[in-house]
Amino acid sequence: MGHPLRGAAAITGLGMTPMGRVYKSTNELAAEAVAKAIADAGLKKDEVDGLLINAGITGTTGGGLTLGLQNYLGLRNLRLLNHMNAAGSTAAQMVQYATMAIHAGMATHVVCVFADAPLKEGTSAGAAYGGAARNPQRPRGMAGLYAAAGYFGANTPYALAARRHMALYGTKQDHFGIIAVGQRRWASMNPLAQMREPITLEDYHNSRWIIEPLHLLDCCLVSNGAVAVIVSPARRASEMPQPPVYIHGMGQGHPGDSGRAGSEWETETGARFAAETAYRMAGVGPSDFTQCQIYDCYTYTVLVTLEDYGFCKKGEGGPFVEDGKLGPGGTLPTNTGGGELSAYYMWGMTPLSEAIIQGRGHGGERQVKNDLILVTGNGGSLSYHACLILSPHPA
Amino acid sequence: MTQPTIPVPEPDEASKPFFDGAAAGRLMLMRCADCHTWRLPARQHCDVCLSDRYTWEASSGRGHVRTFGIMHQRYHPAFQVPYNVTVVELEEGPRLPTNLLDVANDEIRVGMPVEVVFERHEDVTLPRFRPIREL
Ligand SMILES: [Zn+2]
Repeated sequence: MGHPLRGAAAITGLGMTPMGRVYKSTNELAAEAVAKAIADAGLKKDEVDGLLINAGITGTTGGGLTLGLQNYLGLRNLRLLNHMNAAGSTAAQMVQYATMAIHAGMATHVVCVFADAPLKEGTSAGAAYGGAARNPQRPRGMAGLYAAAGYFGANTPYALAARRHMALYGTKQDHFGIIAVGQRRWASMNPLAQMREPITLEDYHNSRWIIEPLHLLDCCLVSNGAVAVIVSPARRASEMPQPPVYIHGMGQGHPGDSGRAGSEWETETGARFAAETAYRMAGVGPSDFTQCQIYDCYTYTVLVTLEDYGFCKKGEGGPFVEDGKLGPGGTLPTNTGGGELSAYYMWGMTPLSEAIIQGRGHGGERQVKNDLILVTGNGGSLSYHACLILSPHPA
Repeated sequence: MTQPTIPVPEPDEASKPFFDGAAAGRLMLMRCADCHTWRLPARQHCDVCLSDRYTWEASSGRGHVRTFGIMHQRYHPAFQVPYNVTVVELEEGPRLPTNLLDVANDEIRVGMPVEVVFERHEDVTLPRFRPIREL
């Protein structure tokens, strides 16, 4: 007997707004995505009985989605409702909790929605995530040691992690660059992508440093927009309009960081044990995947995540990606929409949305084999991790 | 015209022994009175055994570079880019964010031995580190 959750639910609806400098409120963006997802699934609004909400950075900085979205959307008598945040792992987690609730008979059609609008007219993308640097208040207590050291932004911890990997394993700047170049090639085939102009490895090296070892082209975009996904029971999915994308496995891994000797947060992520859970549930291993949609807030994140999913040994991520196998024409097509680096930054909804497009066979000229798709999400400087294993085939 | 100053923390009650120690030339850490695990201030509970009994003890002030980055993005006008952002792991185990002094950016290495130096900023003293050079 297989795992009871394996194939219990499927993704039956997808709604996406335009991405980038779209100046609308997060409620407006979410409503647009949810309306599209409901129509896409062939449902009526009152058939939705579950709503899971993920605010992006605006959940912290202001203007983000709240539980009030239920009333903005006019959803009545929900049987499942929550506002969730485990950073970039939340999108996959929402689908996980939706699947469990559906399997338990607590809900039938669950909308999972992410919306964010950090970009304001006339301000830079960097300003959206700069945080502490512009805080006019004097920081209080020990937390102030970060600002006092000029440790600012989300870029810093990822640079520190990437540096550690380079020092331990000899990972090269080129390895990160090859990931960036490959993803831009994918993005050039994605009409939804914000950055579609091809880049070379030379362009990568010439792009300005943000914080060494991260160039500008190692870092994800910042986007306004929203994505909504509908999860339904597998038995219903086959009668709904879109090709179902079945959920075969799922897992989470949150290693924690003691902040002292012994913690290897920089190079060993929660993907290691999320993978164990998900592989066992789906009855698969790394060699079974025909494509990957890997959370890519930075190029380094892709590299370390592939190691932790066992596509190669720990420390060999650099040589693994070196032949361009992640890019178009490669043997392990990865981030086929361009990912967060080149397409759009909707936190964990970026890899998930592309997996759904690919799982349905709607990828157009970038469509690749979709029999088994790995979708990952992580956040909080590699602290939180969740994954889904998806397939167009029922379990 | 006055130079912009870096954002210096304002000590609070919990962190006062740390900043008082720094002003007196000592790098003060917290140590669990039950399992003896060292921790970076300031937290009431030991994250290993959850005991709330602790002592303040001085670190040796020696450690090594756990990892580092060279910041080029100008987030704050007081920081002259490029500058290093470094995580030092102390001999006692705790890690802290800091900057290395007296070393060129391209000479910094992961694993490099370092020792604490104290840098006064008006009313607050901050721990910084510099490489320990063999004589
Ligand atoms: Zn203890």
